[in-house]
Amino acid sequence: MATTTAPTEARGRGDRWAGPGMLLPFSLFYLLFLVGPLVYTVVAGFFDTSLLTSGLGDFAGLSNYTAVLSDDEFWRTLRNTLWFTVLTTVPLVLLSLVLAILADRFVRGRWFFRFAFFAPFVLPSAVVALLFTFIYADQVGLAHEVTTWFGVDTPPSWLGDPDWAMISIAAATVWWTLGFNFVLYLAGLQDIPRSVHEAAAIDGAGPWQRIRHVVVPMLGRTTTLVTVLQVVASLKVFDQIYMLTMGGPDGSTRSSLQLIYDTGFVEGRVGYASTVSLLLFVVILLVSLVWFALVRRAEKER
Amino acid sequence: MTATATPPVTDRRAPAAAPRRRKYDAERLFNRVALGALVAFALLWLVPLVWALATSIRPAQEVITDPTSWFTAHPTLAAYEDIFAAGKLPYWYANSFITSVLTTVLTVVAASLAAFALSQTRFRARRAAFVLLLAGIMIPGQVLMIPQFLALQAAGLLNTYWGVVLPQVPNVVAVFVFKQFFDGIPRELIDAARADGASWLRTYRQIVMPLSRPVVSAVTIFVFVGVWNNFLWPLLVVTDPEMMTLPVGLTSVQDVFGVPYAQLMASAVLGAIPLVTVFLLFQRRIVEGIAGTGLK
Repeated sequence: MATTTAPTEARGRGDRWAGPGMLLPFSLFYLLFLVGPLVYTVVAGFFDTSLLTSGLGDFAGLSNYTAVLSDDEFWRTLRNTLWFTVLTTVPLVLLSLVLAILADRFVRGRWFFRFAFFAPFVLPSAVVALLFTFIYADQVGLAHEVTTWFGVDTPPSWLGDPDWAMISIAAATVWWTLGFNFVLYLAGLQDIPRSVHEAAAIDGAGPWQRIRHVVVPMLGRTTTLVTVLQVVASLKVFDQIYMLTMGGPDGSTRSSLQLIYDTGFVEGRVGYASTVSLLLFVVILLVSLVWFALVRRAEKER
Repeated sequence: MTATATPPVTDRRAPAAAPRRRKYDAERLFNRVALGALVAFALLWLVPLVWALATSIRPAQEVITDPTSWFTAHPTLAAYEDIFAAGKLPYWYANSFITSVLTTVLTVVAASLAAFALSQTRFRARRAAFVLLLAGIMIPGQVLMIPQFLALQAAGLLNTYWGVVLPQVPNVVAVFVFKQFFDGIPRELIDAARADGASWLRTYRQIVMPLSRPVVSAVTIFVFVGVWNNFLWPLLVVTDPEMMTLPVGLTSVQDVFGVPYAQLMASAVLGAIPLVTVFLLFQRRIVEGIAGTGLK
């Protein structure tokens, strides 16, 4: 492929290497910290690798895979992770859509809404965990207090009851990250030309009809993007669970990433943890591929 | 955290001349309901922040006797003094700042160079390189924490700034954001510079980068916020209290105090202050930066 443009050829040899040279620094980081580790993960899955001994350890064939796939804990943490993903994705997509559409109607107060919804997003997960440790505290927490206002005499232990812990963590996550989706939707709304609203209004469409039949459909692409970013982020949940419940009570909030962390770093079973990593990677990859397929189809329809 | 809102009114998209009176009323009613719902949610969203602030300045004894009260007659900074005494807060602020700046600078330089090469120069394996990098968007970094950790351990970089920084540099999204922007730069501009005899590197430095301020600030913001708030990675590579970043350090203080909620909330406030302040100052730019990187 000798199709270099005219001015390039005039400049001689040094120039031929300019492109690859400029690509090099990033490529080095990319190979060292993403591709290399990915290859290692695939390989270590076939060995009895341990954190305590150096090297890969004995060849183990598919035994890590059979061990992981027959381990109830693997399936339970995967179920927990999926449950968390459902609990967060649904409100985070729908609520942010509704709030953004409403906020888009007001010019003067928009900065206030943007601040209120987005400020939590810039907080470190550690701060979110500190806040909600107190909010969900038994007897003395705000959540306890507020539920008693509604006539519930004995509210559940929000983080201590296996039935409620994941829901509580999901609610805290919705509070924390809603602003990000809200801002993506606001940006999507900016791209809808004003004339579209006016035309619909002149045709006699009320505000509710305009939202349902004009605005929401026109936000389709944003919704796809928001949903997939959200699903992928939720599948990688770790921080807030680790800090709020450590995966408890009784492992009811333990996520897949925490299983990798625990088996890999606490128990030192690198081979096993690598296998779990790879399986989680495949799940996330499938979600991303479905996204690319959807986006491509949507773009063809245009 | 100040909740003094200017009353949000006026509707830019209300039809200018409503055909009928009833239509106009429906529009106004809808706006009232919308505004009410929005304000209710916004206030609800501010509750945890305001409550944390209020609790952090109450005397510890008061918090024990009446934990959910919002007000105190005797405001005190005692909880903050305790946190400063117990932890190594100045170190954590400094560490977070240094690692975030280092990572951001390295990412912006490496990613923009790569994006420029992919967008403007022509070489044999360009398309292949592009596809390979594209695939990287789908690799979730956290899933690779074990081999990344082992590599840094082997290199002797645990408990160092570089150990926190280096694995966070290959940010594929940053490359794509830059490439999108560079693709939109008029070809004639670059050809003109090249015809004048400028090398590719010089074209990048003197023509392209000065044009790219908006995208540089967008990438700077999302990389900086991401690194500043990263928890899992610094938790793994840093065990020395004097090398901890703010999020990791704050959780270690929590372990010391256990229950006293005034201290807990004081550390939450201390952890929130830096980025919330930055956000207040550059609200518009940050929001546009983050929105711009996700879309388009």
